Amino acid sequence: MLDILKSPIVTFQEFILLAGRATTNIVRRPFYGSDVILQMDTIGVGSLPITILIGFFSGAVMALQMSRALSQYGATGQVGQITAITLVREMGPVLTALLVAGRNASGIASELGSMKVTEQIDAMRALGTDPIKKLVTPRLIATCFTLPLLTIVADFIGIIGGYLIAVPLMALTTSSQYWNNAWRSLEYNDIAQGLLKPLVFAFIISLVGCLYGIRTTGGTQGVGRATTQAVVVASVWIFVCTFLITRVFVNI
Amino acid sequence: MSRAATERKCILRLENISLAFEDDSKVLDNVNLEMWAGETKIILGAAGAGKTVMFKIALGLLKPTSGRIYLFGQDVTDFGENQWFEVRSHVGVLFQEGGLFDSLTIEENVAYPLVNRSNQTAEQAHPAVKEALEFVELGHTLGKFPSELSGGMRRRVGIARAGISDPALLLYDSPTAGLDPITANNIMALIIQEREMRNATSAIISHRFQDGHIMANFRYNPESKRLERIPDDSPLRKSTRFVVMRDGRIVFEGSEAELDASSDPYISKFSMQRSAH
Repeated sequence: MLDILKSPIVTFQEFILLAGRATTNIVRRPFYGSDVILQMDTIGVGSLPITILIGFFSGAVMALQMSRALSQYGATGQVGQITAITLVREMGPVLTALLVAGRNASGIASELGSMKVTEQIDAMRALGTDPIKKLVTPRLIATCFTLPLLTIVADFIGIIGGYLIAVPLMALTTSSQYWNNAWRSLEYNDIAQGLLKPLVFAFIISLVGCLYGIRTTGGTQGVGRATTQAVVVASVWIFVCTFLITRVFVNI
Repeated sequence: MSRAATERKCILRLENISLAFEDDSKVLDNVNLEMWAGETKIILGAAGAGKTVMFKIALGLLKPTSGRIYLFGQDVTDFGENQWFEVRSHVGVLFQEGGLFDSLTIEENVAYPLVNRSNQTAEQAHPAVKEALEFVELGHTLGKFPSELSGGMRRRVGIARAGISDPALLLYDSPTAGLDPITANNIMALIIQEREMRNATSAIISHRFQDGHIMANFRYNPESKRLERIPDDSPLRKSTRFVVMRDGRIVFEGSEAELDASSDPYISKFSMQRSAH
């Protein structure tokens, strides 16, 4: 029994240690500014088109689903409110994070994993560079900066997607009522959890990707394994954390 | 000789080094090794004998389960990573596949130790980088990426990077592994040149006896720009020592003649490689 628990506990411990070192490195010299910019471009700008796409369709599908449910109560006018709340609180952050996890946690794990198996990380240490400072911290900063921004874009595009379904396509409500409802329904509580979640998810995505990449063993096969594990573990933790954060905010 | 006097000349000393994994399988078992200034050590052994692990322990990249490591006369066993950075700045390293950074150009790779440790800018490091790359006959590859070079060329870039900061100790991990005999001999010639130019202490991990044989018997003549046989009475001959590893233990240490004379079937296999080629 203890042996079964040993591996996940050791992994969690390694995650905490990595998180601690990566976070304290943010304020320690030397700073690798160009690496941070490069990672922001890869993670943020690189994920933008697909974020817009999934944001749009998640908003559209939400409006479609709600149109039927709301019409039963004669409340189709509330479609803007429901789309906005669902997107800002839950679907925007979670879907964007899952997308970035699939795209970037895997990318980070495979890049760092390949560096590990080809001894580039050892070479880095031998040449006087802390791999956590050079590789992990820039990815952490870049993800924490870009994921909330991507989430805001996804939320906004999603509300537009919902609008296109609710107003021009299905005439569930008027344009001004849709936007008015969407705007007025959002409270500070919604915005706060909608922005806190991507920050927490960014932490999970970047550090899980880096952790599985850095501890890769077993050649190219190991890189494949690390990549898969990083995506699976990051995705599971995204769901666990969204539940925990929502649980806290529900009571506020 | 007193311990203090010994430590003045001792570049690297591994004392009773053992490394075991969690399942109690021993990767290194009570290894003792000393490297003296100006000495060349040829570390031979079959795959999995623990050669690379020993090399990584000497560099502080792996922590031993027990034993002490002395580098340049100081006990570095319990050093933290930041203290190791300072120690490692005096050691040049060539990793098995070169260990070049894929995302950096050849120029950036070779400049890395200078830019990173001495805080030089890329422009300030450029002349030294060009010279180091011309030394390994790759002066034309400055703007290329490692993936554009052949295995032998990457190894040569690795040699240029290892020597650029003028280290006191040079460690080469399998510099000729997987290379054809002609390229392998060219690499060994470069290593001999580097050894003599920098007068550095060198350790070469290899599974090829020929690499050790070349190191022990040849020197570089800068006038003719060719390798020439070391005279039998030259003190240089005595400075090359062979170490044979097996299953995490050092099973032999001595000169080439002693290696040749060994009756142990495992050890003599390495010297027999010469007749096989």
